[in-house]
Amino acid sequence: MSDTALLKIHDLSCIRDDRVLFEHLSLSVDGGQMLLVEGRNGSGKTSLLRILTGLKLADAGDIFWQGQSITQLGADYYEAVCYVGHHDGVKRELTCLENLRLVQAMGKPAAIELDDALEQVNLYRYGDTPVGNLSAGQKRRLALARLLVTESKLWILDEPFTSLDKKSMANFQALFEQHMAMQGLVVMTSHHDIVIPGPNLKRLDLSA
Amino acid sequence: MNRLSLTQAFIFLLRRDLTLVLRNRGEFANPLLFFILVITLFPLAIGAIPELLARIAPGIIWVAALLAAMLSLDSIFRSDFEDGSLEQLLLSAHPMAVLVLAKVCAHWLVTGLPLLIMAPILAEMLGMAEEAQGILFITILLGTPVLSLIGSIGVALTIGLRKGGIILSLLVLPLYVPVLIFAASAIDGASAGFEVTKQINMLLAFLFLALSLSPWATASALRMSMS
Repeated sequence: MSDTALLKIHDLSCIRDDRVLFEHLSLSVDGGQMLLVEGRNGSGKTSLLRILTGLKLADAGDIFWQGQSITQLGADYYEAVCYVGHHDGVKRELTCLENLRLVQAMGKPAAIELDDALEQVNLYRYGDTPVGNLSAGQKRRLALARLLVTESKLWILDEPFTSLDKKSMANFQALFEQHMAMQGLVVMTSHHDIVIPGPNLKRLDLSA
Repeated sequence: MNRLSLTQAFIFLLRRDLTLVLRNRGEFANPLLFFILVITLFPLAIGAIPELLARIAPGIIWVAALLAAMLSLDSIFRSDFEDGSLEQLLLSAHPMAVLVLAKVCAHWLVTGLPLLIMAPILAEMLGMAEEAQGILFITILLGTPVLSLIGSIGVALTIGLRKGGIILSLLVLPLYVPVLIFAASAIDGASAGFEVTKQINMLLAFLFLALSLSPWATASALRMSMS
């Protein structure tokens, strides 16, 4: 384990309802790498991701971002993180653009124009459409567009490909690779096959 | 890169919540309708005796306002909790307490302000003494924000529970009682011709106390409920 890694998980344990989901988990992820968390249903994938975002507290162990514990970093850490969870986190009454504007208002640096972000996720013509009128896959794409409108280095994604079609999946994998090429980190769970070549893909199997 | 300041984020979130209400009007009308209905039912139930109605008017109006506020509390965070927006707010780089305050402000503008506007009309209807009506307006102006602020702590604590409604009432109602007592006593005093600066000062103190402490309590409670 290198000491210079951006994201370091040290001796992490998570217990839920008297059941140990995982314990003494240690690993590190560096810029340009992807950590793919695998495991059967209920093996603690989502719990691990939520602990990594800081939303949930681990039962033991620490997480370090750039060498500092994330509990001490607080808001500075949130600035570096973009999380897309099970829920899309978009408001159905608002339009696509209004939803993305809110993301930018929440204190994360703006990366690209909102229209460009919508174009990249193939929602360009839907800017002024209320989210309630979109399909599940389109909503998911809008949720993932959050990744593009902020300059967050660490992307934490819980089953990002749910309800996406094959073309969109390929599109987002390309975007992930682009993010990694710019020294970004991706931590995600997925039941779909991921084709990220070579040594930049780390796998963690929680059911083992 | 351009980054929005905290004040901008506050205004943005406030505007977002107001837009949501505008596009979803039922939620907004419900507490106000409840407030009006309860107050108009009283004269029908106890008979149109002007002296009696004028005597109990402050109590009726305040109890109705309190229950209307409680009825609407859940909507502060419920939809954000259900669609995952709350997670995103918690992951914001801005202090959560300030964002909470923006949401509570929006909630008050939607639920408290209509009560403030309707209260003088309803007071007139019940035949409340004229000198007391000004005081009624002031107590509602100072009191209803306290109800929203205290209520937000209760909602934040119970948001993760499947049936949090009963616990929410039990948690919040005792904290509402001081506001009710001082507000009703101020109006009573005013209609009897007494000086009521003390009661108004107490309400002001409640407001500042709630303004300065409750957003932080709510933010921590939300973090706890989400983990």
